[in-house]
Amino acid sequence: MPIDADRHEAVTGKVHILEYRCKGCGYCIEFCPRDVLAESEDFNEKGYHYPYVKVEGQCVHCDFCETICPEFAIYCTKEEGRKLETADVIRDPKPRRRRSRRA
Amino acid sequence: MKSELIDAQPLGAEQARAGWLKGYGDHPLDPYLKPGRIPHIWCAGCGIGIAFTAFVKALEQAGAPLDKTVVVSGIGCSGRAAGYLKLDTYHTTHGRAIPFATGLKLAQPELKVVVFSGDGDLFAIGGNHIIHAARRNVDITVVCINNFNYGMTGGQGGPTTPLQARTTTTPYGCAENPFNLVHLATAAGATYVARWTVLHAYELREAIVEAMNKRGFSFVEVVSPCPTGYARRNNLGTAVDLMKFYRDRAHPTDTLDPDDTALPFNGDIAVGRFVDIEKPTFMDMYNDWVVARAAGREKT
Amino acid sequence: MKPPTSSGTPNPDGGGLGVRDRQALTGTHFMTGDEASAEGALAAGCRFFAGYPITPATEVAERMAARLPQVGGVYIQMEDEIGSMAALVGASCAGARAMTSTSGPGFSLMMENIGLAAMLEAPCVIVNIMRGGPSTGLPTLTGQQDVMQARWGSHGDYEIIALSPSSPQEAFDLTVEAFNLADRYRVPVMILGDETVGHMSEKVVIPEADKIEIAPRRRPEAPAEDFMPFYPGDDDVPPMVHAGDGYRIHATGLTHDEYGYPVIDADAQERLVQRLVRKIRDHADEIVRTEETRVDDAEVVIVSFGCSARTATEVVEIARANGLKAGLLRLITLWPFPETRIRELARSGRVKTFVVAEINAGQMVYEVERCAEGRAGVALAGLMGGRIMEPPELYEIVRKQT
Repeated sequence: MPIDADRHEAVTGKVHILEYRCKGCGYCIEFCPRDVLAESEDFNEKGYHYPYVKVEGQCVHCDFCETICPEFAIYCTKEEGRKLETADVIRDPKPRRRRSRRA
Repeated sequence: MKSELIDAQPLGAEQARAGWLKGYGDHPLDPYLKPGRIPHIWCAGCGIGIAFTAFVKALEQAGAPLDKTVVVSGIGCSGRAAGYLKLDTYHTTHGRAIPFATGLKLAQPELKVVVFSGDGDLFAIGGNHIIHAARRNVDITVVCINNFNYGMTGGQGGPTTPLQARTTTTPYGCAENPFNLVHLATAAGATYVARWTVLHAYELREAIVEAMNKRGFSFVEVVSPCPTGYARRNNLGTAVDLMKFYRDRAHPTDTLDPDDTALPFNGDIAVGRFVDIEKPTFMDMYNDWVVARAAGREKT
Repeated sequence: MKPPTSSGTPNPDGGGLGVRDRQALTGTHFMTGDEASAEGALAAGCRFFAGYPITPATEVAERMAARLPQVGGVYIQMEDEIGSMAALVGASCAGARAMTSTSGPGFSLMMENIGLAAMLEAPCVIVNIMRGGPSTGLPTLTGQQDVMQARWGSHGDYEIIALSPSSPQEAFDLTVEAFNLADRYRVPVMILGDETVGHMSEKVVIPEADKIEIAPRRRPEAPAEDFMPFYPGDDDVPPMVHAGDGYRIHATGLTHDEYGYPVIDADAQERLVQRLVRKIRDHADEIVRTEETRVDDAEVVIVSFGCSARTATEVVEIARANGLKAGLLRLITLWPFPETRIRELARSGRVKTFVVAEINAGQMVYEVERCAEGRAGVALAGLMGGRIMEPPELYEIVRKQT
């Protein structure tokens, strides 16, 4: 852990889903960097499977779901920060994405 | 023959509000939307919704006075955006959003005018108007949603449909070369030109803020999926597949190379800010030269 | 340098720049109909002109290009007439009194956006200095062939007002009136001049600025909350909200409800289109203007407008000198068509024939026929264009009716 870890806090967020607005495009589920969301078995009045928060406490308030949703159906609020934990700082290295081949 | 309906009173404000206000305010961005307009008409996965959200967030970020911000749109799926915003908005005829916006801006120069429209409306029927507005450097911002077809009318080919792509009017594959919109806007004289895909929503929001704050003709091209029209007919997969395609094949650059920035079928997508220059606007030149000289010459 | 600000209404104190003095070129002038029309627009407070050069209306644009910057207005030469009309509607929605000038081919191009102006209820003035048609026709020679097109040119149901000047003085006066009518009823108003009047030079007296009546559009009094921009007053005309007023309105070319929201159903269509049409039809009697010469005891009434009416004036004298009881009903308002007076004359039993003198293959003659209801004969004295009617030839036709 970094020696100034106690002077920083992990940003946490809470995802709010407006189920009745969702059109089931799947963007928020696919592109959440923390894999917080999954497609629910339930569906709304229009027949779409809306997302639900599959893991609580994992959201880091990046707001990407709110940014990428075309329907104004999801947003994220900032929650109280918590102390940094080891898992926040050290993570398994992800495989590097292969850069696209340029012609 | 007079129908009894013509004398019927319109829905009272109270009744209308009761219906429209259901759910209004549930989302923090709802104050930017007119009540009763959600859900909008765009398909599930349509990129216009994302570009629209980016625009709303850009309005929030740019801090432009909303009473003086006007959005003008044309005809098409993208054109419907005007009806959803809680601003003064005008939904005009096909291809003519830009001259309409020009009239608005010149009659009231303190307005901030944004044109929100699509590739067909702006570059096919509206092609002449966009190049002249750019040439004149009229101080408006144009956000062009490029989904490579005419979505609203069912998915016909348009000026940005890539070679070989299938649409309802190019059932054997498109046999025409498409426009390179950023190249065209630059050549016409735009002072700010950028292109982002809807996946690059943060960059898109920044670009719209920059474009709105820019003095002069600013142009932002937004590459967008059309899952119902274009993608379905070209076996490009689901909406998520298209976004993954943008993630893998979009490369940011700031060099405007016509070949690099072209958008062939299933090819790489060059994104970024390509032009950001300073040039006197139409009103600057009109005031400095025309009005200044007219003052001296009396006509009898 | 401060950009010109435009609110559509003239600055009462001239902004300290003497703008109001230069707005109306008070005095006696010798000018063409085109120039007079431009001066009329300026005197009425026009601050925006978007146009495209086209013979024989180019002089209107040229005069506006020179004069608008002197009075704090903006002149822009658009890339085509389609863009011009669209810019006009935009400028009108932003609060300016806006005008364009064109001729037949440009008029055809403007049609779609004239429909937009009718739908958005955006007041604007379109000057059509008519020439021989169809198509490119006779660019430099006179015609009166666009009169029906002015009424029916755009698709769908809507109403416009059209005025026809017979002299440069009238070109000035009617252009001022056109702006007032446009603002009053929130419709596109057309000045249907012909090349003869457009290019002829005559005495034009421009009165002092404060003697020129300017009646600006009605503005909303209710607050912005729940405001319905298309909710009409008792006269079927809604007060006009401009962009930037803070009302956050939506205006669309789609069929819409009183809130301005698009509503795609038959009920909304019925309500909206009936009102658009009614606001002119129900006020036709207030709008219509005609001028009569010796009609009271006439047995043959010449119905004419524009330069043809000048020929007809002389023919009335010739006819009377030859013992024929002829009169002239000069139409100053072409649309809404002056039905009431024609019906009245036909029903009186005194009038045997209407002779409609127009430089086309027969357009207003059908309106006269309709209003005569078979009670009087209707004959056409038509010319295909390229020259004005000569008194002898018109007199021949009049004489044959008796």
